[in-house]
Amino acid sequence: MGEGKNLNKDNSLDTKARLKIKRHEMASQPPEERKRNFKEVPYGYSPEEAIEEAKRCIQCKSEVPECVKGCPVNIDILGFINLIEKGDFLAAAKKIKETNSLPAICGRVCPQEDQCEKLCVIGRRKDTPSVAIGNLERFVADYEAKYGNTRITVKADKGKKVAVIGGGPAGLTVAGDLCKMGYSVSIFEALHEIGGVLMYGIPEFRLPKEILSRELKVLEDMGVEIFTNAVIGKTFTVDELLEKKGYSAVFIGTGAGTPKFLNIPGEELNGVYSANEFLTRVNLMRAYNKSEYDTPMKCGKTLVVFGAGNTAMDAVRTGLRLGYEDARIFYRRSRKEMTARLEEVHHAEEEGIKFEFLINPVRFIGDENQNVTAVECQRMELGEPDESGRRRPIPIKGSEFITNIEAAVIAIGTNANPIVPNSTPGMDLNKWRYIVADENTGRTTKKGVFAGGDIVTGAATVILAMGAGKKAAVSIDKYLETGIW
Amino acid sequence: MYEIVGRKSMGEGINLYNILAPDIASKALPGQFIILRVYGKGERIPITIAKTDKNDGTVTILVQTLGKTTHMLSELNVGDSLADVVGPLGVPTEIIKFGTVVCIGGGFGIAAIYPIAKALKESGNKVISIIGARSKNLLLMEDEMRAVSTELLVATNDGSYGTKGIVTDVLKELIGDKKEPIDRVIAIGPVIMMKAVSDLTRDKSIKTIVSLNPIMIDGTGMCGACRVLVDKKTKFACVDGPDFDGHKVDFDNLMNRLKFYKEEEKASYECHTKEHHQS
Repeated sequence: MGEGKNLNKDNSLDTKARLKIKRHEMASQPPEERKRNFKEVPYGYSPEEAIEEAKRCIQCKSEVPECVKGCPVNIDILGFINLIEKGDFLAAAKKIKETNSLPAICGRVCPQEDQCEKLCVIGRRKDTPSVAIGNLERFVADYEAKYGNTRITVKADKGKKVAVIGGGPAGLTVAGDLCKMGYSVSIFEALHEIGGVLMYGIPEFRLPKEILSRELKVLEDMGVEIFTNAVIGKTFTVDELLEKKGYSAVFIGTGAGTPKFLNIPGEELNGVYSANEFLTRVNLMRAYNKSEYDTPMKCGKTLVVFGAGNTAMDAVRTGLRLGYEDARIFYRRSRKEMTARLEEVHHAEEEGIKFEFLINPVRFIGDENQNVTAVECQRMELGEPDESGRRRPIPIKGSEFITNIEAAVIAIGTNANPIVPNSTPGMDLNKWRYIVADENTGRTTKKGVFAGGDIVTGAATVILAMGAGKKAAVSIDKYLETGIW
Repeated sequence: MYEIVGRKSMGEGINLYNILAPDIASKALPGQFIILRVYGKGERIPITIAKTDKNDGTVTILVQTLGKTTHMLSELNVGDSLADVVGPLGVPTEIIKFGTVVCIGGGFGIAAIYPIAKALKESGNKVISIIGARSKNLLLMEDEMRAVSTELLVATNDGSYGTKGIVTDVLKELIGDKKEPIDRVIAIGPVIMMKAVSDLTRDKSIKTIVSLNPIMIDGTGMCGACRVLVDKKTKFACVDGPDFDGHKVDFDNLMNRLKFYKEEEKASYECHTKEHHQS
């Protein structure tokens, strides 16, 4: 690389030299091998690769760099990449952790191509792909876990307790941030393990449980108190937390959490699963490790997943790994309208997942034991754009066809879970029964109660829930400091 | 951890456990259930609450040994703990003054109908209870049921006690005998029994409530494994139920859904008992 030629006065690489470096993709398990195991797909960068990739960042001079504008939690992206380039990986990790307490997770599950990497200045040029910000974030988080010792100790000196309902991305973020500010924080989790969608939804091959546990341990070490098996609305109510349990504020981050079904005949058949059930069995209940765990899981020849978001990708790739020979995506719109992360679609295709577009199921067909044996679908064509701005799929008459299957997974989204909203008087809900909360502060219409993540917005992403959690933490602090609602 | 502070054998593979879970004990209402895990790698199983004691913070459940999980539970003694207990889940049974209510408990369902009968009686209802079992020695909680019922009727399949036959035989007689109007029937027991009861009361237009116990995972409306067809619509037993209008439930679908993992459950149980005998 033309030493001495393409250097700035301070001996750093100049922009021209930086633009010449090719984007480094992470080495991965070969598709043929990984499609039959649950181990993580990419291996991650080596330190050398990370430094080389970091060199691609041209260190934009603007006050708020473009990439940061795309980050829901405002990570100092420029800052941490600069530290990677200098080889100071632990300092880079510390830099990220100033604003994001779960970098190993975000580096793996954020849709970077729609956020930081979408706005990256060099990515907007014709021939240079964006800096691999997500891969770099993942690298430093993993490096720190291996070699660092950044046990964060905090003093709970504010003398006030905050209850966080739901141990998913939003709740974990609120808990971490408030803990650092000096509040005593308790997380109330309905399941037997915390993590929310990170635990029950996102599979091992995309987010290993070990990494999740590591990030959760950091919170516990900080002093966050965790109550599992606590269903708020059943075991305790929000009012009890505020009035009897001594909490000064409550944050609700329970997720959207109730699966939508297609409402077509035969949906009640055995072998038709919601994506939540299918993934919960495999992830939270560890059916992927059947030699050790008791959770039963069926297998067969053909599995069809309906939907084309991240959850659909997780389900179909999980199906393949469970042993289904033929795992497919059926989607009623076209490839262009798919909402999954690009990397997931790419990985799925590499693994041999078949994608079939413009197909809508009309009924499931079962045998005498009411086990599903086939699905009847119709072909669709795209019409005028609908309220989501995407072209509306319209059925083509006479295009019905039958596909033999042993399992179907419905991954078409979620509705609001009713338990907390129904047990919390004085808190307004919108017409879809999601909680009404201020976008900037997370304040609900009930004093002392904040909310964020999917239970406010409807199903979105991990990082958006974390962003909502960050804002809520700031406004909870403000409320508790001033007492003004 | 949730300590077992009391346990009693109720005969033929049925055990009663008192579990220390003060938060649940202080909240549970009749008709609600818990989900438990025996150990860290086990399944989550839903079990209806039979009794609670707010003073000592215990929840009482009755469990029949049917597979690996319940077998492992049966091996636990006082002083041992369960990995997880969560609840109280589900919508409580509607308890108001209806007038005359018939409470039916079949076999194992007697444990689940007990707190409901008790609450209905305390709310001023005339409670006629019908309980049934295969044989006299398998009849659960007879004394308790008698104490909370205005009238207690018993049926055993073999005729060793009470009426020879099944609970629906007794109900049939009760309905036929038009001495007094019946305002509501609540039936808990095997699916086949709840179906038979519902079929019987449908013709007479007696509102009938059944408590469904499908396969469940989270119990909080998140997974949809427990969905049942009620009035041809999908409902989640965990958050919409477990109580439903028996005249609208698709019992055949429920029976088939309950069978889905039978083979796996059998294999897992066999494997477990084999290992168990070797060790």
